[in-house]
Amino acid sequence: MGKNIIEKIWDKHVVYQEEGKPDLLYIDLHLIHEVTSPQAFEGLRMNGRKVRRPDLSFATMDHNVPTKNLPTINDPIARNQIETLAKNAAEFGIELAGMGHPDQGIVHVIGPELGLTQPGKTIVCGDSHTSTHGAFGAIAFGIGTSEVEHVMSTQTLWQNKPKTMEIRVEGELPVGVAAKDIILAIISKFGIGVGTGYIVEFTGEAIHKLSMEERMTICNMSIEAGAKAGLVSPDQITVDYIRGRRYAPQGEKFEEASTYWLSLASDVDATYDEVRIIKAEEIEPIITWGTNPSMGSGVSKNVPMQADYQDESDQAALRKALAYMGLEEGQPLTSIDIQHVFIGSCTNSRLSDLRAAASIIQGRKVHGNVTAIVVPGSHSTKKQAEAEGLDKIFTEAGFEWRESGCSMCLAMNDDVVPAGERCASTSNRNFEGRQGTGARTHLVSPQMAAAAAIAGHFVDVREFVKETV
Amino acid sequence: MEPINIVTSVITPLDRKNVDTDQIISKEFLKRIERTGFGQFLFYHWRFDAQGNENKDFVLNQPQFKDSKILVAQDNFGCGSSREHAPWAILDYGFNVVIAPSFADIFHNNCFKNGILPIKLTEAQCDEILAKGLAKPYSMAVNLAAQTVTGEDGQVYSFNIDSYYKETLLNGWDEIALTIKYEAQIAAYEAQRVAY
Repeated sequence: MGKNIIEKIWDKHVVYQEEGKPDLLYIDLHLIHEVTSPQAFEGLRMNGRKVRRPDLSFATMDHNVPTKNLPTINDPIARNQIETLAKNAAEFGIELAGMGHPDQGIVHVIGPELGLTQPGKTIVCGDSHTSTHGAFGAIAFGIGTSEVEHVMSTQTLWQNKPKTMEIRVEGELPVGVAAKDIILAIISKFGIGVGTGYIVEFTGEAIHKLSMEERMTICNMSIEAGAKAGLVSPDQITVDYIRGRRYAPQGEKFEEASTYWLSLASDVDATYDEVRIIKAEEIEPIITWGTNPSMGSGVSKNVPMQADYQDESDQAALRKALAYMGLEEGQPLTSIDIQHVFIGSCTNSRLSDLRAAASIIQGRKVHGNVTAIVVPGSHSTKKQAEAEGLDKIFTEAGFEWRESGCSMCLAMNDDVVPAGERCASTSNRNFEGRQGTGARTHLVSPQMAAAAAIAGHFVDVREFVKETV
Repeated sequence: MEPINIVTSVITPLDRKNVDTDQIISKEFLKRIERTGFGQFLFYHWRFDAQGNENKDFVLNQPQFKDSKILVAQDNFGCGSSREHAPWAILDYGFNVVIAPSFADIFHNNCFKNGILPIKLTEAQCDEILAKGLAKPYSMAVNLAAQTVTGEDGQVYSFNIDSYYKETLLNGWDEIALTIKYEAQIAAYEAQRVAY
């Protein structure tokens, strides 16, 4: 019987195995940022421990960094956290792309950009969206700070082998539907906890036609379905993306590596503990209307009614979500006015996302009631976008063009949505207060966010393009 | 971390599902560089209104639950962000045990690193306990060694726990110190590791 990619990678990384214990798993790449690492470094210091493999570790600053008026950080506690990472990286010998460094950016954007992210690796970071790197056919997952310290000290983690799940996206994706819509559709169809205890492999024609950046969007949000990790088997698109990147193998070594990488893809007769199937043709642009990422519907739909749910606890959850969001049952999603647009985050801040949004807003103006910002995922993405003139398209339309960072996805810096106001956001979480206390987040694709910025309310980007051409 | 075995207290019934770590500890409190002092910020935006006044309806603010060590909630507790500040806040506030039908993976792992016992009971059992705890203050005794939770009315619930994590919690072990004993295996793995 064949093996799936999850089993292949897992088995190659088991350092030690004993009945009644989790597996001791080797970690190939540890990514570090300022928010979840200070207590781990402090733990090492208190116990006189070192970072075992600084060469397999890489640090950046993203969560707290300001996206304008660099390098001033107004918040002294945030500044302390950023300075602490710089000191720790220097003390423990870890390479750092700090504020203002040309490689700086959101940790899940720069890993792939620099070629650090490669198929077959085990990759961890003190951040739940580490699942992003699974797009390359790696087992990549978020960990807590104690585990960060454990990896620093031992380059391993004790992990129970998760079950495996295949989520197959069959058929052809309709025009105007984005990778973001695929993953939002999966989460709204199967639920916020469907992946709990599993590593998910995304398969099917619709997935393997996607670019690497689109696959990253999908794997990024596997955690919003509860999955330990999400990945895609490597193929030629994966290999072509990695070729020539700075930390990727070069020359003959690259050819050798690619053969190995491609051999990791799930065997044709591989099996999984669980299989879920969704048809690409059924997916339309999605807008979330509630307070978790599964509370979303197609743009042509209305906000759900209590009568749509059988279970009393689901009805209660709907009432609570709509009260927070200030929405009415049965209201058409396109009738929702917005005041803010955020294009950015580890989900949707890569060059292709910026291009997609720019193609919608080119020659148009942001609606008078809307404040719109674009936050490129990395310094390098920003430079490439500027070389293509995308920054001009955004600024001429009335968007603010910012420096890279996590920004308004979690509003740890100054980029905050005011209480009671609505944001069409390309980020990954619409939890209560995520973008600011009392802020109301609607998750959408970059194209949908761009169209909403122009219209001042949600619109079907497919119709919008047709009508206004 | 502190060993944990027997915990007895009134339960705090938090009758919500999908409680995410953004609610447990909001991002504005993640900027500290210590592990301590997060309890004051636990469920901050549910406990306090925009002016910083206590929200009297919220369960944590009700006096009968002030000394509770056992939090009971619904499905998928701790979903979302990996922030370990969430279990730090829970522990610092005074909870040593969280009971729910299911937990998000990262949060579940994080509990074991901090001497918090996450107990999975069935949805029906959690519903029953929540109903009792909401009707009037209801005390329970958790016994990790015996893997039981016993209500003041004599109702006993058994739970499963991975034997490795059970030992870790019972002994309050430092996991890194344990792993360092496998140095020979780690070095042997590294010697044959294929790396590009």
